[in-house]
Amino acid sequence: MEPHYQHLYEILANAQGYIFPNEIDLQWGILIVVYPFITGLVAGAFILASLERVFKVKILKPTYQIALLTALSFLLVATMPLISHLSQPQRAYEIMITPHSSSAMAIFGFVYLWYLMVVLLLEIWFDYRHSMVVWSNEKKGVMKWVYKILTLGVSDISPRTVKWDRKLGYIITVVGIPSAFILHGYVGFIFGSIKANPWWSTPLMPIIFLFSAMVSGISLVMLVYMVISHIRKKVIDVNVLDAIGKYLFFVLILDFTLEGLDQIQRIYEAEESFEIIKLLVSGKLYLTLFVAQGLVGTIIPLITLAFLQFYKHKIKLRKTMYFIVSILVLIGVYSMRWNVVIGGQLFSKSFSGFTSFKVGLIGLDGTLMAAFWLVLPIGILAFLLWLLPPWKMVEEEE
Amino acid sequence: MKLYIPPQLTRLALAFAIFISLFLVLRHFLVPDTFGQYGHYRGASLIDNAQPEIHYAGQQACFECHQDIQDLKAQDVHSEIHCETCHGPGQKHVLSGESSDILKPTGREFCGLCHAMNAAKQKNAVFQVDLKKHNIGKNCIECHNPHQPWEMKK
Amino acid sequence: MSQSTSAMGNEKIKSSRRKFLKSAATLAGATIGYSWLKSSQVLLFAAEPKDESLPWYGIVIDIEKCIGCGSCAKACKKENDVPIEPFFFRTWIEQYTVKNDGSVNIVSPNGGIDGFEQTVPDEDIFKSFFVPKMCNHCSKSPCIQVCPVGATYDSPEGVVLIDEKYCIGCRYCVQACPYGCRFIHPVKKVANKCTLCYHRLKKNLTPACMEVCPTGARMYGNLRDKNSELVKFLKEHTTQVLRPNLNTGAKLYYNALSSEVR
Repeated sequence: MEPHYQHLYEILANAQGYIFPNEIDLQWGILIVVYPFITGLVAGAFILASLERVFKVKILKPTYQIALLTALSFLLVATMPLISHLSQPQRAYEIMITPHSSSAMAIFGFVYLWYLMVVLLLEIWFDYRHSMVVWSNEKKGVMKWVYKILTLGVSDISPRTVKWDRKLGYIITVVGIPSAFILHGYVGFIFGSIKANPWWSTPLMPIIFLFSAMVSGISLVMLVYMVISHIRKKVIDVNVLDAIGKYLFFVLILDFTLEGLDQIQRIYEAEESFEIIKLLVSGKLYLTLFVAQGLVGTIIPLITLAFLQFYKHKIKLRKTMYFIVSILVLIGVYSMRWNVVIGGQLFSKSFSGFTSFKVGLIGLDGTLMAAFWLVLPIGILAFLLWLLPPWKMVEEEE
Repeated sequence: MKLYIPPQLTRLALAFAIFISLFLVLRHFLVPDTFGQYGHYRGASLIDNAQPEIHYAGQQACFECHQDIQDLKAQDVHSEIHCETCHGPGQKHVLSGESSDILKPTGREFCGLCHAMNAAKQKNAVFQVDLKKHNIGKNCIECHNPHQPWEMKK
Repeated sequence: MSQSTSAMGNEKIKSSRRKFLKSAATLAGATIGYSWLKSSQVLLFAAEPKDESLPWYGIVIDIEKCIGCGSCAKACKKENDVPIEPFFFRTWIEQYTVKNDGSVNIVSPNGGIDGFEQTVPDEDIFKSFFVPKMCNHCSKSPCIQVCPVGATYDSPEGVVLIDEKYCIGCRYCVQACPYGCRFIHPVKKVANKCTLCYHRLKKNLTPACMEVCPTGARMYGNLRDKNSELVKFLKEHTTQVLRPNLNTGAKLYYNALSSEVR
């Protein structure tokens, strides 16, 4: 026995029932849990920003740029967990040059590029172009040139041109909403299209992923808004929180309903795989599904948000409640990703047994690596907020 | 009235054109030559997959030297069993001729792989022996010639 | 285009069209144009290979003949340099034991390489049988469908193969195979699976597992050849594939497959 296989022998000894011999090692670990979590945050944050822009929700104005920059920071990192889990990461470029048209994963590369290049970057660029030109004129030295390069050398800030920035930005936003839906629905499709895995294979998967994405993105923006205001020593506008909270409440209801329907359908149809899935959710997934995802991530936030709709508590208490709710929801959505990705690999495709999974701390597929990819976007966001501060933007009259 | 084209739009179009062209040119050089020759894969991979060295020589290779065993085997119930089932991979032995390069399994457990009792074995698929009762302490090949198992050794 | 003599005006249009086509063709010859052309060819797949001169392989496993000796699993590992550890198998054998109380016990200790000990006493057994497993070489293969880069494919002979030099190790194919036939090779760090001993087929040798099977429980053959042993067997026996509901187009047919088998 080579020490290299030590952990596999341990899992083999702990396997329950019968699993195919090749199933002992889990193929997708914590990095693939982090990947849909991050893309979900992107899509959710963007959709919240679009609400303000397309549906003219004025109250959300203070969170608009923050939401966009948050989306960008996470999107820049979104593919990294994927690439770092490859066993041949140096060949990752092949996905772009010879994409297999029938593979969900291959087309994701293009969906991602479309969303990054055509939607997010462009929208932010149109938003900031006027300000960047002004900043480039004000600053000296390196920063002058940084802003100049960022404007792609278009220094025209005549009212007519600036008006076009707004017009084009609006068009991009309108295109962006379906794009954001597609981006995250597509991540759901990567799992939902695997017919070999009954825990994944449901046509509802893309939709469930989408709504949980919106839930997590909205919570994140709420959280980021509170943290940024706190750091900048600015007053947190509780009306903004109320408005976001209302959206969060409605989307959370939808998300909860959809996931509930999915489970009811499963239980009622009780197909071939039902017995093993019943054992899975009542056993190995009990904590992460019923406690973390259900109770902590959905039921408690739902009740809290419902209360906040009807009772107007003291402002300080409301703020604290929103703060806690947003964190709980994020934990809940993370658990949902865990339940899908890890849960789907714990039972054997023979439907007769379970393997087990233990996350390591170090190594390419360990907790530290996953934590790194989750923390990095926050660093990027801090940098972007420094480079493109929303609060220093040039005011434009409507 | 002259059509107004906003300057940021032309600049972006240029940037995208450069980006896409760059991508296509890079792609042109990165795609392997034989990709798409037969389907959405590297055609040369078919050759790669046909390359590996064989380890099992196939029983025709054995019979080229061991005609006697072929004749012996042909007379009894092991006639359909190929040499390498028991003797293991033989290509190395075929090339070297060294007897150390081929397995000569002995022991009750080895014969038991096929002949031990198991409820999953069909009665007529293989002759089953209760190893817990049958001539305990003796090696199968003390009495049976593995190439001609029903011709008992004296 | 019409061959009949045409009026002067028509000729003029033709010649100008020719001119236009000529210049268009020149343009298309530019590097970028060429890479576009090449890209569309790859994106849309090259046509499905329909080379009738090549065999189209299928496999039959006769459960009634399998005695669980493990020769196939052992030979497969030796022939294909699969690590001798109990986690990586291109082929393995399962023993199903249906007990009198209706419960099903499935075991595959070390893939069956070391043989099987009967774990349930005779008097409790309703029925018991061995099921050798290997790649089904599906014609509508889910693993090929999901490979993002085209590193796994259906060879012209209908053998599902892996391009070890091109596989990125994303493991999507491992997830997509409903039969558990794929794994990541711990040394090569790319996907690995049964190749039907493609390297042996090309040298006119039988796959290693079939070479060593003492009871002839496994056979392969040309599904296109209506007179082949394999097609004859399929005609004369009631065979079934695994998980027919998934429509994988499996080309591994089992004789005497019991309903407990997954």
